[in-house]
Amino acid sequence: MKETAITGNLGDRIRSDCQVKLHITDKGGITITLKSKVDRMFGAQIRQQAQEVLEALGVSHAQLEIDDAGALPFVIGARIEAAVKQLGASDKSWIPPVIEQNRYETTRDRFRFSRLYLPGNSPSMMLNAGIHQPDGIILDLEDSVAPPKKAEARLLVRNALCQVDFYGAEHMVRINQLPAGLEDLDEVVPHHVHLVLLPKCEHGSQVKEVAERIRTILKAHKQLRRVYLMPIIESCLGVENAFEIAAADPSVVAMAIGLEDYTADLGVRRTERGEESLYARTRLVNACKAAGIQPIDSVYSDVANMDGLRKNVETSRALGFEGMGCIHPRQVAVIQEAFTPTREEIEKATRIVEAFEEAEARGSGVVALGSKMIDPPVVKRAQKTLDLALKLKS
Amino acid sequence: MKTISNAAGREVVNEINGEKVIPYKGVGKYSPEGKKHAPSIPSCVDYPSDGNKVVKDLRSALEKAGLRDGMTISTHHHFRNGDFLANQVFDIAKEMGVKGLRWFPSASFPCHEHLIQYLQDGTIQRIEGSMNGPLGRFASEGNMEGTGVLRSHGGRYQAIQDGEVKVDIAVIGAPAADQFGNANGLAGDSACGLLGFALADSEYADRVIVVTDNPVDFPCIPWQIQGNHVDFVVHLEKLGDPSQIISGTTQITKSPDRLLLAELTAKFCQAAGIIRDGFSFQSGAGGTSLAVGEYFRKIMKEEGIRARFARGGSNKYLVSMLEEGLVDYILDGQTFDLEGVRSMAENPSHVWTSPFTSYNYHGKGNFAQFIDVVILGATEVDLEFNANVVTHSDGYLLHGIGGWQNCLFSKTVILPIPLFRDRVPVVRDRVTTLCGPGELIDVVVTERGIAINPKRSDLIELTKNSGLPIKTMEELKAEADRICGTPEPARVSDKVVAAIKWVDGTVIDVVRQVTPFS
Repeated sequence: MKETAITGNLGDRIRSDCQVKLHITDKGGITITLKSKVDRMFGAQIRQQAQEVLEALGVSHAQLEIDDAGALPFVIGARIEAAVKQLGASDKSWIPPVIEQNRYETTRDRFRFSRLYLPGNSPSMMLNAGIHQPDGIILDLEDSVAPPKKAEARLLVRNALCQVDFYGAEHMVRINQLPAGLEDLDEVVPHHVHLVLLPKCEHGSQVKEVAERIRTILKAHKQLRRVYLMPIIESCLGVENAFEIAAADPSVVAMAIGLEDYTADLGVRRTERGEESLYARTRLVNACKAAGIQPIDSVYSDVANMDGLRKNVETSRALGFEGMGCIHPRQVAVIQEAFTPTREEIEKATRIVEAFEEAEARGSGVVALGSKMIDPPVVKRAQKTLDLALKLKS
Repeated sequence: MKTISNAAGREVVNEINGEKVIPYKGVGKYSPEGKKHAPSIPSCVDYPSDGNKVVKDLRSALEKAGLRDGMTISTHHHFRNGDFLANQVFDIAKEMGVKGLRWFPSASFPCHEHLIQYLQDGTIQRIEGSMNGPLGRFASEGNMEGTGVLRSHGGRYQAIQDGEVKVDIAVIGAPAADQFGNANGLAGDSACGLLGFALADSEYADRVIVVTDNPVDFPCIPWQIQGNHVDFVVHLEKLGDPSQIISGTTQITKSPDRLLLAELTAKFCQAAGIIRDGFSFQSGAGGTSLAVGEYFRKIMKEEGIRARFARGGSNKYLVSMLEEGLVDYILDGQTFDLEGVRSMAENPSHVWTSPFTSYNYHGKGNFAQFIDVVILGATEVDLEFNANVVTHSDGYLLHGIGGWQNCLFSKTVILPIPLFRDRVPVVRDRVTTLCGPGELIDVVVTERGIAINPKRSDLIELTKNSGLPIKTMEELKAEADRICGTPEPARVSDKVVAAIKWVDGTVIDVVRQVTPFS
């Protein structure tokens, strides 16, 4: 057993977080030392909460130090629980109540144009993520969390799912690679996760394993909800197995490509034009469409370059992708806009569909717009654009 | 101390530092009587016939000006956090053994922490001006001998003009000055643009000392400060630290949350029809305000709209709007970067103003009243749209009022503020310190919704189908409380450490001593 557990974050630039130091003793009850920038306004409430959390976890003798930079209660709870668990002193949990705003389900075919990645151990970035209105919010337990912080991030993400209002975004969690990812599932799946991202996926069997585990967890918690899956392809082998992965389980609704890892696996540099990954991307799009799920493109990592991003999304859309990851909130609007049909596109589609309906009414098999003959697939595509526009409007 | 409830329902005092004061009576409810203050009549007989008023150093000037116990000494904040002058003035006062001074700065900055020792040893009895950072903490904890008084920029002009504050010696730092005392802020190492904050002092103080690190031969053109008001001129090696004079605040925020606030603010103005040909606006120098200006620019360009004038704080962004022809005039109160200084020196459409022209409430009108929209900040707002800019929710003084109160008289006042900062909610049941009455505050924009003052039914009507997230202040408060919890109110004693003046010189609220906390 370790002497003192330390969890959370502390530093000049850390906000809305706290660092917790916990030393469990044999006797003497609980002593709490609090240093907080909001002590005058919330000191008593923080102390009271700390007491409650320790009680709920069955800890009755401990020295607890909290160095607080304005952490919200769900953060403080997660940090204390993580410290207790680091010491192996409890197998109980302190889980904050789920806010009403977060009790919604999502559907298989909802839009997933933009999904915003948030580091799973940085509370300050979670609080306002929803106000930027991405289609999905990804609480990331994988690459953005340092290995020694994985355990505490899991609890923080769980509590965030209960307490942070994401304003209608789909709640997504990127778990770690298997097998560690399975432990992530145990902690987060019961708490209003809508979709799980499975990183570095290479085989359909991995998808099945995750899907099975999720069903088991949901059953154990008597939840009738669905949790969707989005595997991420990040290797050459994954690309070759794209269709197998896409079709591995009915809970898969989308599949994404991660180009940083993929280009590394290829042994080439990732470029702005992306020619090196064209094969992988088109292969992924094709596999997704064949399996009836949404193909999602990789993130664009130059957050200051909005024009570059805009061009990148336009290319993605042209290749058949139906969404893209965001690593900065300001990318959301650009991506949303690029995936939304323009007025010209809608007008043209309307003219085509009208011409088709007219021809049908006349009993004619030949559809023409002006002097141009229109083939059935063109009509089908126009209908898709209109469906999209209608859905976006509602 | 006996307290009385003023028209805003705030418990205030009717005597500060031994002088009677008038409790706030309501917006536009108090009109002064009598004549403006006037300094004594000088005569050319008493001044050098060759016009050369240069004396050997600052100490000589202060001695000749008759510096003695209990005087009121004014300085100005156009050098912002790079100011070397105010500290030197009180170093000399200390050397001379002078006690009980009233320091009357147009604002103080963290660089003035140096003066705490003189507040402790009795050289300075009190500060009447903003108290930020360490000075705010010092005063809030009840360590200042006298009671502080905070005024807006316009209120400071008004107080001098009305004789509420009689300035014995004004010490005016000047980036360029001639031997007669004509001065401006446009050239030299300490260039800061304009000297408008010192205008009232130059006109009304008994003794005026101009201090420059850039002496020029007569005539110093343009003369923003007129030598005819000046008693002595001092040459100093260095007035300030140029890197701090031009503050680092003039960068557009990179914070996505603040950018969203700015975008919502600009979209609101667009939806409400405020951004139209010939309109006028004022937006501060904070990162969010600058971003609002940039969103204005985007909308104006898209729609081919020109503004008649913008009130500064000028900066490179506003200057580029002037130069691109999006704005006809900049009426500038202070320049925040070298681009602002350059433009003011070169461009006749970039005009320097003063608290007299822009803000003074005891004048025959002022410019701030007829601006179409002004974008301001606040530390707290409450359900009645009242706002606080001077204290933190824990009761500590942390900001000055600046031109904030004066700007409330513009046609539409918008406060873009986050709903909470860390764990501290910004929307409260009742603001900790009242600085601006809710009846003058029209719109509060937060990242989680926009509240429109029910008095502005026109704005409510204009924006109801805009798709913007319009909410009530009660809804915003409920959301803040759900996220943060309800903070405990500031713990304060009965002791009044500072008074907050309204633009007409009445006391709108007081700040009480923050009690020790374990």
